[in-house]
Amino acid sequence: MKLKNLLRAALRSLGKNKMRTFLTMLGIIIGVASVIAMLAIGQGSKESIQKQIANLGTNLLTVYPSASMTAGVRMEAGSSVKLTMDDYKAVASRCPAVLYSTPTVRTSGQLIASGQNWRTTVWGVYPDYFDIRNLAIEKGAAFTLNDDRTASKVCVIGQTVNKYLFGEGQDPAGKIIRINKIPFQVIGLIAPKGQNAWGQDQDDIVIAPFNTVQVRMMTVTYIQSIMLSATSEKAIPIATDEVTQVLKERHRLGPSEDADFTIRSQADISSAATATSSILTALLASIASISLLVGGIGIMNIMLVSVTERTREIGIRMGVGARGRDVLLQFLIEALMISLIGGLLGAGLGILASGVIASLMSWPVTITLQSIILSFLFSTAIGIFFGWYPARKAASLNPIDALRYE
Amino acid sequence: MGDLEVHALRGVNMEIHKSDFVAIMGKSGSGKSTFMNIAGCLDVPTKGEYMLDGVDVGKLNKDQLAHLRNKKIGFVFQSFNLLSRTSALENVELPLMYNSNISSKEMKERSIRALESVGLAERSHHLPSQLSGGEQQRVAIARALVNNPVVILADEPTGNLDTRTSVEVMSIFQKLNTQGITVIIVTHEPDIAAYTNRNITFRDGRIQKDFIVEKPRNAAAELLTIPVLTEEETI
Repeated sequence: MKLKNLLRAALRSLGKNKMRTFLTMLGIIIGVASVIAMLAIGQGSKESIQKQIANLGTNLLTVYPSASMTAGVRMEAGSSVKLTMDDYKAVASRCPAVLYSTPTVRTSGQLIASGQNWRTTVWGVYPDYFDIRNLAIEKGAAFTLNDDRTASKVCVIGQTVNKYLFGEGQDPAGKIIRINKIPFQVIGLIAPKGQNAWGQDQDDIVIAPFNTVQVRMMTVTYIQSIMLSATSEKAIPIATDEVTQVLKERHRLGPSEDADFTIRSQADISSAATATSSILTALLASIASISLLVGGIGIMNIMLVSVTERTREIGIRMGVGARGRDVLLQFLIEALMISLIGGLLGAGLGILASGVIASLMSWPVTITLQSIILSFLFSTAIGIFFGWYPARKAASLNPIDALRYE
Repeated sequence: MGDLEVHALRGVNMEIHKSDFVAIMGKSGSGKSTFMNIAGCLDVPTKGEYMLDGVDVGKLNKDQLAHLRNKKIGFVFQSFNLLSRTSALENVELPLMYNSNISSKEMKERSIRALESVGLAERSHHLPSQLSGGEQQRVAIARALVNNPVVILADEPTGNLDTRTSVEVMSIFQKLNTQGITVIIVTHEPDIAAYTNRNITFRDGRIQKDFIVEKPRNAAAELLTIPVLTEEETI
């Protein structure tokens, strides 16, 4: 039988039982739609996590003193492990793979300005910090190394701080705020940065010169962490090695001894976060594929019923010269049509559902072409797999018995 | 205990010639159905030979049998066996669908011609449920005709029809036979067998009688004398 005639015959017999065909199809429609929607949610959250992590800074590395202390000579002196300005200077001058670097200290500060008050974190950093974190100044200007040297009482503030102290959209440059009773002049407003991967508001921040915060506000001599950026993404492991070597040498630790500091890279955070999201996506998609599988079983069930109901028809067709493979193809094509049309409608519904999820729940959703192709191929495979057995059964009927079937 | 072998046909030896019009008669269990199944290439004999138009059917596999049915045989059944919810024309087209050498245009032309020869051209788009029993059987005859078979096999073609319609159907078979088509019908009504040229009676798997009908009845002529019972049936 020619393909055109086969398709026409399949369409006709599906059309004879519209309700039944639609209900059978519904299994595939829901299956495909949920696979696409689940993959879209998974992909969307993965991308948004990646974006947020990239937002942390370019090729960012952070060096912290280790929280845990191992037994050793340095414990006896009672000195806690801290990073010092000398550590920072050594890292900054002796690591060629490091592009920007800054020592950091941070403290919480009660801000008072124009009758309003707000509590937030105050960071003390070098101007390199703006490059490391990709911070842009929206209004006014950033402070300079000169401000740091003179420990001037200037600061830049984030959007959230500006909103609560001066009002949204106001230009805070030149205004005076009191941070823990010390008056600071605001010289710049940071461009909005949004939430980070953990839901933290990155605009709720005050940034001041390192020396100002360390000496004037905190009156300490240590530094809390060193933030730096590698020259390129590829240079991140090299920079990590260089920093480890320099700091171990300065802390008089042998190469085999545990470091008393931790280096965290943006890549570490990123891979951990995306791994979690990948597992979640796989989980969601596999649950959704189960419904596709159940849809396939529905096709098989209906095709078996159809073969029994149409035994006479099969007998007539065989009587007038249909070979086993003609009958097999006819039923297989019917099963395939259910799954293919179901797949198409399901893809449409999946895209629609993803859009609804995105707008109603404001989840990040990304539909990829691969996910559509994948679920389409999957539904086709299911059509062939579950259609084969009923079609085989139809094709193996004996025409004499089939013609006599009541 | 093994399967009991039943010999539905034993020692049957006959020749049916081109342009014959044969009636196969016999009680149920006489072997006439088995004969028709073998003649129609739906089954092959366990022993012995069946030559159809020069082809040794006994040696063919299932696909080859299907091909042979498609090319050389036209079936007409007692219960019409039309595909429901499929128009008369498309029912007639069915055998040609399984012949890949025929274009859809030719398929349609030949089907309309076959319907014309049974007088149903104007009903080609009716569904079987919209046709009377006689008309349905005429569609079935058109379907049997459409592939230009060497033989038309009709199994109790008048079994479900009233007298007048039966005569109508027989007149069509007689007309086709005069055009040179070989027709074999199975019937248990001697009245119907009387329209054919040769009667073969089976009994217990053997041929009991085989004779030439000297003066076959003329269905077309009788049709004029039978009153029309219902209006709808004659259009």
